[in-house]
Amino acid sequence: MSGLARQFKRSLVIAEKNIKIYYLKGPVILFGLVFPLFLALAYIIGRNISLKEFLPGLIGMTAFFTATSVGPSIVPWETRSKTLERLLCCPVAMSAIIVGDMFSSFIFGSIISIIPLALTLFLGIQPLNFMMLLLGLIIANLCFAALSVLLSAYPPTDVPATSMMLSSLVKFPLVFISGVFVPVEQLPPWGVTIASISPLTYFTDMVRQLFLNRGFYPLVLDFIALVAFTTAFTFAAIKLHEKTLAKRLS
Amino acid sequence: MGYAIAVQELTKRYGDVTAVDHISFEVKEGEVFGFLGPNGAGKTTTIRILTGLIKPDEGRAFVAGYDVFKNPVEAKQRIGVVPEISNAYVDLTAWENLILIGKLYDMPSQRLKENAINLLREFGLYGVKDKLVRTFSKGMKQKLLLCMALVNDPEVLFLDEPTSGLDVESARFLREKIVQYNKDGKTIFLSTHNMEEANQLCHRIAIINHGRIAAIDTPENLRAQSMELQYIEVVFNGIVDAREFSENPSITKVVSVGNKMCIYTADPCAVIELLVEYAKRNNLRILSLNTMMPSLEDVFLKLVRGKEVATQ
Repeated sequence: MSGLARQFKRSLVIAEKNIKIYYLKGPVILFGLVFPLFLALAYIIGRNISLKEFLPGLIGMTAFFTATSVGPSIVPWETRSKTLERLLCCPVAMSAIIVGDMFSSFIFGSIISIIPLALTLFLGIQPLNFMMLLLGLIIANLCFAALSVLLSAYPPTDVPATSMMLSSLVKFPLVFISGVFVPVEQLPPWGVTIASISPLTYFTDMVRQLFLNRGFYPLVLDFIALVAFTTAFTFAAIKLHEKTLAKRLS
Repeated sequence: MGYAIAVQELTKRYGDVTAVDHISFEVKEGEVFGFLGPNGAGKTTTIRILTGLIKPDEGRAFVAGYDVFKNPVEAKQRIGVVPEISNAYVDLTAWENLILIGKLYDMPSQRLKENAINLLREFGLYGVKDKLVRTFSKGMKQKLLLCMALVNDPEVLFLDEPTSGLDVESARFLREKIVQYNKDGKTIFLSTHNMEEANQLCHRIAIINHGRIAAIDTPENLRAQSMELQYIEVVFNGIVDAREFSENPSITKVVSVGNKMCIYTADPCAVIELLVEYAKRNNLRILSLNTMMPSLEDVFLKLVRGKEVATQ
């Protein structure tokens, strides 16, 4: 087995450990389900919006909030409890730890976001292409998972609350500029420009296109953008974490 | 016999502070090597460098024949580490912790399970293997950390203050295990504050102070290098004025506590003769007379304080 394959295997071990420790907790699962639902309900109550119009946004928010829910706190938490040192004393590269953290966020986000998707199908609302929707959901969850780990890279704190606070400062504005509540085509030109820097925009646009057959960007562009954001976030997360490791451990 | 650890001109700076300053030493295969020093001397920084956690600014280090910085994965594959602060996952069970570490070392599943069971039995943790580590006492956590360090059957063990804060029984148990695993062929790099522990366990000792190696030798040789620290403890059947002896050229210092006197000298034979003469002359009886070799603690303090005086 090559060195890269061994490190990948270790990433899966770390992901399994993360799921056991951080994700399989009642409050975390409830947060993943309840928070996006209430945010969506707060938006639609009192407005004349059909279920079909509302569900793409709910799927987008669920994937976004669940895949980014715990990721920002893992590295700070493990720094504080010295378990990061424990992992690094083993033959594990920092990049393998980051990829492992990403995987656990991805798995959690994917499992939880299946629930609103299943609800959509249960209500008889069919996407134009189910396989494409599934593929989009997988890439989007990977992208949001990479973003969540990136959010814990700087500052190299060992206080999980600091990291969570900073990640909220990024996550909430992203929801409002990403066409979740107002489709991108209805935004003013400056709004479209801002929306284009958010990965959530492309996922919401993709879901809207696959359910409502109307989107702002071509479907291919949505996929390319999500893959590009995933690559950039993953690369940046690994590099930044490697760069700040010495400071984190000191 | 080769070297299990070889360190050349290792240096680590944090801003203006030089935590480790051009240190060089070797640890032979199968040796228990003690690493002593006061707080902040550079012990933990050295261990962190040798275990691949941090990179030095200068120098090289080889562990089990691998360059720690060029081949970190290969070097780490051959080591086990017990850190200063307990860092098992408290939300996992003892069993889950061992399996996690074994998997990270890429151990075959069957061998990993066998090793884990054997270690948990040996360290008396098998009965609590399915309990969360957060319910463990400090002694149990420390035993588990040693199990985690041993699960991959490493060639070199790094132990950073392994018995610190433990009760007498747990500390003795861990010391016995260190001796046992060393006899089984493992090289042990032991950082400790406990001089008696270092004296008992270590084949050789390095004393580090202000990031520099102040001395490296066997405990016996270190003590022998500080013969001016040996003293004669004498008790007379009456009070004796310490000044009676302090003028003698072969005596360096006299410390008097009650009717007991500690007379520091490099020539104990001459001083004993002097004491016997003095007793006869003054009609006194010698109730007890002991020649005390310098303890490792005395040598350590001499080296550490000597350095401090020199740097002031």
